[in-house]
Amino acid sequence: MTSAALHISQARLPRWAPILVGVMALAVAGLPALLSGWGAVTWLVAAIAVFLVAMPLWSRLVEGRRAATDRFVTALIWTAFGVAVSPLVWLLWVVISNGLPAINADFLTQSMLNVIGDEQGGIYHALIGTLLITLAAAVISVPIGILTAVYLVEYGARSRVARVITFLVDVMTGIPSIVAGLFALALLVLLFGPAFRAGIGGSIALSLLMIPTVVRSSEEMMRLVPDDLREASFALGVPKWRTVTRVVLPTALSGIVTGVVLAISRVIGETAPLLVVAGSTDGVNTNLFDGRMTTLPVFIFSQYSSSTPVGYERAWGGALVLIALVMVLNLVARIIGRIFSPAKGH
Amino acid sequence: MTATASPERTESTPTPRPSRRGDRVFAGVVRLAALTILVALVAVFVFLAVEGWVGLTADPATYAPFTSFVSYIEPLIVSTLLAAAIALIVSVPFAIAVALFISHYAPRRLAAMLAYLVDLLAAVPSVVFGLWGGRYLAAYLQPAHVWLHEHLGFLPFFGPGPPSPNGRSLFTAGIVLAIMILPIMTAISREIFLQTPRLHEEAALALGATRWEMIRYAVFPYARSGMVSGIMLGLGRALGETMAVAMVLATTPTTTLNVIGTASPPTIAANIALNYKEATPERQSLLIATGLVLFVVTFLVNFAARWVAGRSGRRLNR
Amino acid sequence: MNTSSLRRIALPAVAVLTLGLTLSACGDKNSSGSGSSGGGTLNGGGATSQANAEQTWRANYQKQNGGTINYEEVGSGTGIENFTSKAYSFAGSDAYLTSDQLSAAKDACGSDPIEVPAYVSPIAVAFKLSGVKSLNLDAKTIADIFDGKVTTWNDPEIASQNSGVKLPDTAIATVHRSDESGTTFNFTDYLSKAADGAWADDPNTVWPASIKGGQGLEGTSGVIGGLTSTEGSIGYADDSAVKADGTLGVVSIKVGSAYNAPTADGAAKVLAASPAAPNRPATDMATDIDRTATAHGDYPLMLVSYLLACQTYDDSSTADMVKGFLTYVVSSDGQQAAASAAGSAPLDSSLSSKATSIIAKISSGS
Repeated sequence: MTSAALHISQARLPRWAPILVGVMALAVAGLPALLSGWGAVTWLVAAIAVFLVAMPLWSRLVEGRRAATDRFVTALIWTAFGVAVSPLVWLLWVVISNGLPAINADFLTQSMLNVIGDEQGGIYHALIGTLLITLAAAVISVPIGILTAVYLVEYGARSRVARVITFLVDVMTGIPSIVAGLFALALLVLLFGPAFRAGIGGSIALSLLMIPTVVRSSEEMMRLVPDDLREASFALGVPKWRTVTRVVLPTALSGIVTGVVLAISRVIGETAPLLVVAGSTDGVNTNLFDGRMTTLPVFIFSQYSSSTPVGYERAWGGALVLIALVMVLNLVARIIGRIFSPAKGH
Repeated sequence: MTATASPERTESTPTPRPSRRGDRVFAGVVRLAALTILVALVAVFVFLAVEGWVGLTADPATYAPFTSFVSYIEPLIVSTLLAAAIALIVSVPFAIAVALFISHYAPRRLAAMLAYLVDLLAAVPSVVFGLWGGRYLAAYLQPAHVWLHEHLGFLPFFGPGPPSPNGRSLFTAGIVLAIMILPIMTAISREIFLQTPRLHEEAALALGATRWEMIRYAVFPYARSGMVSGIMLGLGRALGETMAVAMVLATTPTTTLNVIGTASPPTIAANIALNYKEATPERQSLLIATGLVLFVVTFLVNFAARWVAGRSGRRLNR
Repeated sequence: MNTSSLRRIALPAVAVLTLGLTLSACGDKNSSGSGSSGGGTLNGGGATSQANAEQTWRANYQKQNGGTINYEEVGSGTGIENFTSKAYSFAGSDAYLTSDQLSAAKDACGSDPIEVPAYVSPIAVAFKLSGVKSLNLDAKTIADIFDGKVTTWNDPEIASQNSGVKLPDTAIATVHRSDESGTTFNFTDYLSKAADGAWADDPNTVWPASIKGGQGLEGTSGVIGGLTSTEGSIGYADDSAVKADGTLGVVSIKVGSAYNAPTADGAAKVLAASPAAPNRPATDMATDIDRTATAHGDYPLMLVSYLLACQTYDDSSTADMVKGFLTYVVSSDGQQAAASAAGSAPLDSSLSSKATSIIAKISSGS
């Protein structure tokens, strides 16, 4: 993207121009900042404002209107990025600084079984619960989601049914998580009687929340697969189902993986539905189909609700572990997406 | 007959029989998956309707602190829509900007890392967003409440009445929602931006377009439908988010448009979470009935959004 | 063949599953050491107020007797509902059963259900005002503050009861629970009975809508968080949570002619002296708390959380476990353990022995 090379005929600002303007903006905003004792944040905001005015202005004078607009948008996007990332960094910092003191080997390998008051407790049981329940939810929702997306893109394209389904999937995103939990509970009670609680119920609730994300992201990614590829495959006499599974899905794979990981990330932190349907227990339960299972978010919430200092510490520690867990998942998915997706040739 | 290049035609001549059966099976499987979603959604709707029906016309005492279903739900709907609106207004521009930054502006090496960081945000549990929002962000945003009240207090959204003393307002809840829905919108937009055919982009640049013009005329039209999808997903989450709102927002039962006041009614989803635990069976069915209303609201909002997106899309494509 | 790309996507999932199963095969550290093997599983749940105490009781009981007892913090309402649908073998509730609930529970159990007090805790009225750590207020003043009639800290109504305390003109910000809660019920019950008519609303688990102003925050933790972050705020919360935070000022409420700070003893004394609720079966220890108690040291602003159980269970091991667990809970050992871990008020010995004799009636059916 070296657009600079294309503007040889026009006057251009030197490469270091934004840096110069940036430094000057900081200085200009620094003067009132010093005089009226602004904080660092106000100073930065003022400097950015100065930059957003000065940079396009200079560019306008030297390079013309269109380049000035481009400079302005560039500055705007950098700013927006900075603003959007700062709460993230802050949030991560809060979680890390509050959670780190709680983390130790025992915290990761113990459950809360028979833990009294301030004694060393652990999240092992919740970690197992989260992994199993989320995994089962993914096993349910990923095939359904991707196949539905295949239907929407490859089979039902532009038909009324497909439009209705797309719309309903959007509506599905608005199902509050707790309603999904209550629904799953009602389903289990209907099938197995009122006393039945099992991790799989949580998985059902989570799949309801996951499916829309999987469908929507897969659908969009598959729509972007160029028709040339499909037609080339058809022209070679490859049947449609093999075209879809061998050409379309692999081409869209990296995007689909992103969507699936996002969907998992979205549900792995759900609290309310799991509390309702999967219940909670202090010990380890590895059977998805029988008995209560604690998940990390439920653990975090109940520790937070205990309003004791040790409870808060465990809650933050659990949050940190949960985020780290998703980070690893994310990384694994990305690597896998990269290994299996065909070389980018377009 | 022989000249057409439609897929059905090409496959019929040379392919062996089993593949066509494979085709039929695959089409069936795919349809089944789509049908599963329809069935699931209908089941959820039926569940809400059956369980919530009693809640629509129960004894007036059930609607405490109000006396009828309409008076009970009205403040909740207003809050739900306000919070979702704040979340979207704040996060859509940022989501698009961040996605563009990662796909077209940031240095390549940095971009992958940033994308990873933003995706990570999607993983932060809503409980943690609630904790952080209530304990850290609210206090930080409190001066903004005062500023908005002083300068824009004539608008019904920022007045009357004093601004929140600790920032636990609908405004803060909306910002938390905005941060929560940012990753999903960014991730989808980013993937779509990255899929823009390189050829289109290079053609635009070769014609002398600046980077911004290239994005406007080559990337955006191509990515529009995907961006709408991302926004819809974000909107859905903003409407249905439960714990974070419940933990951040200071509530009061009475309707107010003032988003920076001391307290606002909770959103529908948050209200269910707040009250379901201790509720009597009658009140539980009332809460499920509010879930039904949220379902309908989501339906209408999506419908409206789709209509608007469709109209503007037609104009843009022309 | 056609699933190959799906398989690729499923690969990380399978990897995680393998990892998960490997991990789970190892088992956790604490279950290997203690004698939790043997004995069945007992499921119960309900009131969140009891959660900290339940954690202690369960741990102690399990260490002694084995088995697993689950207590889900789903709230009193859901707890009672799950009890009557037999999803729970026992339940915790912040309010005694209403007559409708009582008959539903009787149907579920086949005979009168058992209802015993298990967790008694004073509710503190806490505030944040720099330089002030305690204040004397009567119930009427508290009602006026929460009702929005008294709006600044130097109001004469407050000042007249606190001579010698330097009160600023800071505006009062009231904080209450946004979720339905037994704490709110007990607080409003206290105000409506003790505030000489200054509190017009009926006691309820939801905060009344007639009151303008005030912030509803989620859960005890939410209220404590709101109080600590807002200068000039006042709210109510379980005394143990206020003590655990340690930074907030605490109101001494007027009892008779004295002002008493919240104490476990004071709450236990009031419960012991309060009259039993009328028209209850013999196995039911429901008590109408005397909010206007005036004896020396009394603290009538408190919450009593009950445990519910059936007299008979189909399954003898369940019956034995419920009986053993509940007996431990109401015993002086159990009550002391909860007092030190959760800051609750131990039951008075007469109540404790009465509860024990009721629990002794639990048996396996037919």
